[in-house]
Amino acid sequence: MSTANIDPNKGDLFEFLCRMGDNTLVLGHRVSEWCGHAPVLEEDIALANTALDLIGQTTLWLDLAGKVEDAGRDADRLAFHRDVWDFRNLLLVEQPNGDFGQTIMRQFLFDAWHLSQLTALMESSDAQIAAIAEKSSKEVTYHLERATDTVIGLGDGTEESHRRMQNALDLLWPYVGEMFVADAVDEAMVAAGIAPNPASLRPAYDTLVNDVFTAATLTRPESDFGHRGGKSGKRHSEHLGHMLTQMQWLQRAYPDATW
Amino acid sequence: MVVEKPSLETVWGWLHAVPDPEIPVISLTDLGIIRDVQWQDDTLEVTVTPTYSGCPATTIINLDIETALRGHGIEKLALKRQLSPAWTSDWMTDAGRAKLESYGIAPPQPAGGPERCPRCQSTHLEKISQFGSTPCKAQWRCTDCLEPFDYFKCI
Repeated sequence: MSTANIDPNKGDLFEFLCRMGDNTLVLGHRVSEWCGHAPVLEEDIALANTALDLIGQTTLWLDLAGKVEDAGRDADRLAFHRDVWDFRNLLLVEQPNGDFGQTIMRQFLFDAWHLSQLTALMESSDAQIAAIAEKSSKEVTYHLERATDTVIGLGDGTEESHRRMQNALDLLWPYVGEMFVADAVDEAMVAAGIAPNPASLRPAYDTLVNDVFTAATLTRPESDFGHRGGKSGKRHSEHLGHMLTQMQWLQRAYPDATW
Repeated sequence: MVVEKPSLETVWGWLHAVPDPEIPVISLTDLGIIRDVQWQDDTLEVTVTPTYSGCPATTIINLDIETALRGHGIEKLALKRQLSPAWTSDWMTDAGRAKLESYGIAPPQPAGGPERCPRCQSTHLEKISQFGSTPCKAQWRCTDCLEPFDYFKCI
């Protein structure tokens, strides 16, 4: 990352931190929806543990976002008292769980990006961001390893598991492009040496996912068309609002309830 | 009321007696998560690093540290969270590793899997799941005695 240390606009930094925290929050919540429903006990535990890691990372990101914003909001406030249009997560992570294959494919497509993003953020000019990235990257390394093994196992598995994994890939691939498109917030982060240019992560991502798809006997869709609007908050899919009604109901029904 | 500040060595001794809430056979110092103990004027500052960012035991650990130190008469106490350098299972003490194994949990190995079955010492093992009962563990099984066991993940 560049060594330039232009102080970023506080608003841009807040946006960036919300993007990191909202990705882990929304995916963490989605994955936790499997708790008690996974096909086998070991997978149930694995998904719950993955969700737990992601929610833990969310607390770190959103607490820091709240400090940067300096308006009295902590991670809980940001998680439970914002509405759909204030969320900054990628469209990919808000997509419904679907079947187990769809959940695992979504996890793999996200983990592959997440790990390279965190690895780059470990060199951030912002020491707190670098520390969160260092902590998270250990957990995400493990997530990616498991998602990779499971995508290969199911893709190159039975006729049915292969079909479901290919369907999942075809369904989710149009949400991959958004991870690599830079906007003004990203440009401000790059200028301040805080975060990498999203586009710079694409070649390594392509190499990794292509190798895994080959091993999994899956066919990468021909078009790289990508839906946008999640990380900017401008056009979330209809699924996020439904998810928030579940995730936020307690704080909405009983504001500021604690236990 | 503490008239004299206890030495740092004494404080480390107290912390050594605080068990991990989820694996009570090892202490917090065995686990390697207490990174520093310092006096800042008359305030005792204890620096703790989490094992996993979402580990629910983290808040209990802080509570246990506070309870133990208050029990020894420490009145001014500050707990600091340190994320970097990130906790690694390499920081677990040899004594901690031995206690884990005799408790039935295989200690972490750089190779990424348990060295032997903690019950019958067989090296014929298979992985059941990459995750276990807590974020820090995975599930393995011995193919000789057929017992499943927890393996403390190496990170």
